[in-house]
Amino acid sequence: MKLITAVVRKERLNDVLSALFQAKIYGVTVTPVRGHGGEREPVQTYRGMTVKMELVEKVRLDIGVTEPFVEPAVEAIQRGARTGSVGDGKIFVIPVDRVVRIRTGETDAAAVTPRPETTTQGDPLDAEPA
Amino acid sequence: MTRRPPPTALAPCAGHARRRLPLGAAMLAALGGGVAMAQDPVSAPAVPAGDIAWMMTSSALVLLMVVGLAFFYGGLVRRKNVLNTMMMSFVSLGVVGLTFAAVGYSLAFSGHSAIVGSLAHVGLRGLAAGGGSGLPGLLAFAFQATFAMITAALISGAVVERMRFGPYMLFIALWSVLVYAPIAKWVWGGGFLQRMGALDFAGGTVVHINAGVAAAVLALVLGRRSDYGRKAMLPHQVPLTLLGAGLLWFGWFGFNAGSAQAADATAVLAFVNTLLAPAATLVVWALLDLARGGRATAVGLATGVVVGLVAITPAAGFVSPAGALAIGALATVPSYLLILWRARSRLDDALDVFSAHGIGGISGALLTGLFASKAWGAPVNGGLAQLGVQALAVVTAIGFSALGTLVIARVLAAFTPLRADADSEAQGLDVAMHGEEAYTDGEGALLMPVSRLEPKPAAVATARSEA
Repeated sequence: MKLITAVVRKERLNDVLSALFQAKIYGVTVTPVRGHGGEREPVQTYRGMTVKMELVEKVRLDIGVTEPFVEPAVEAIQRGARTGSVGDGKIFVIPVDRVVRIRTGETDAAAVTPRPETTTQGDPLDAEPA
Repeated sequence: MTRRPPPTALAPCAGHARRRLPLGAAMLAALGGGVAMAQDPVSAPAVPAGDIAWMMTSSALVLLMVVGLAFFYGGLVRRKNVLNTMMMSFVSLGVVGLTFAAVGYSLAFSGHSAIVGSLAHVGLRGLAAGGGSGLPGLLAFAFQATFAMITAALISGAVVERMRFGPYMLFIALWSVLVYAPIAKWVWGGGFLQRMGALDFAGGTVVHINAGVAAAVLALVLGRRSDYGRKAMLPHQVPLTLLGAGLLWFGWFGFNAGSAQAADATAVLAFVNTLLAPAATLVVWALLDLARGGRATAVGLATGVVVGLVAITPAAGFVSPAGALAIGALATVPSYLLILWRARSRLDDALDVFSAHGIGGISGALLTGLFASKAWGAPVNGGLAQLGVQALAVVTAIGFSALGTLVIARVLAAFTPLRADADSEAQGLDVAMHGEEAYTDGEGALLMPVSRLEPKPAAVATARSEA
């Protein structure tokens, strides 16, 4: 099991989610965050006050996956988030000691979404126009 | 150049007929070398103080519509574009205010040609603040200028979230002179459509069909937003849109009742019709919403109010209150259906300017031809003949507006890109175009020391802070 944490551009979030869903990865937590990477800082002016925005708004995704889904998840996030410019974000893959599904008490591989053996469930994207 | 009927045709207020001279008379008087300005206001035939007060109030009300429109549009876009969207309306107050004072008013409201105005009032030359026998020329200018401002601002709704701000300012400057002023001349300034008998009480053709068509054409020239059809682009703050719809309705009382050019029975009729028609539209819109999806929507009702206001605009002083209710109710359907179709189409008229103002204006103009009533002040009774005249005016306005808009946009595009680049569009035009955010708590914002400020602040700082 791995926890995949990714920080991406907020305007790419929908593309990232689409790519994840296409890779049959449905369990994801999304958090608005602010951070500082290597990107250039926008200058803003309010009346006489000029400021440099050191922190850029991003979104962070946290995804718990079993081993077979690590590469598809990383690949999907890259595919959805990449623009080619500085500021596209980062992906961190972190080992996980233990996972518990609160509702059922299932643990570890049985507790993360998706479970490898249940990937035949309906694809939410199937219902949408391409 | 009256856009109101001869007062004698007004059964409810025949007694008021004595004092109403056409607005054109004031300007012709003023044309005579500024004599009007020099006249002793006491000895000149007085314009009723109530008329002057009402027309000044109406001008301010129409100005407020531009602000209302900024809120209406601002709530409908994504949060990263709200300032840019609202500024597209706001900047029209300045840009069109200047162009209309410089040449627009003269082109629309002077001279005896049926096609194009003269340059008699260029730079407001010869317009008096009072003393003449009709409404003062300067007051007539002020009222008309606010109409030009709101018309140009309406167009912006179709091109939000992707048009560069500078080219937009150039576009509305040129458009207000080259497209708006000629159509205003034809319909209100003694032009051929007016001589033909086309009825447009307060600007259904001049303002709404014109703006709606220009909006659709400009949206086509610019192309779709890059997220259009790929992502849901939802309104970021619907309460702003409701506030804007309310301000528009409030200001529209000046737009329609002020178009009586006096504080008289025609104005009262237009006022009441402006109250009733959107009420009917709102209810029918809600019923259509309920029938279609089981829920009445807030954005839908706000849109319905605007469509009803647009539809009653050409008819406001020409139809009975019952007629206004009918127009409001009937005009709902075409706009409602077109909005449903447009959202699934390839035309990225982002805020449905064509559906609300273009189609709403066409419905209103045609229905005016059916519901016009001599008993309520119209110069003719409605019927098939008048419907034909109205249709001809509609087609003329559509053709000229589309062609003029296309030419202006293409010529501008030859000199400078009209569209924001893809990065700016993704980042949002508030930061990219204006260097401001609408909603920020300042977290992460470092004050830049004055010594490090470049003479012209660049949109993006390339140097990293040493701090």
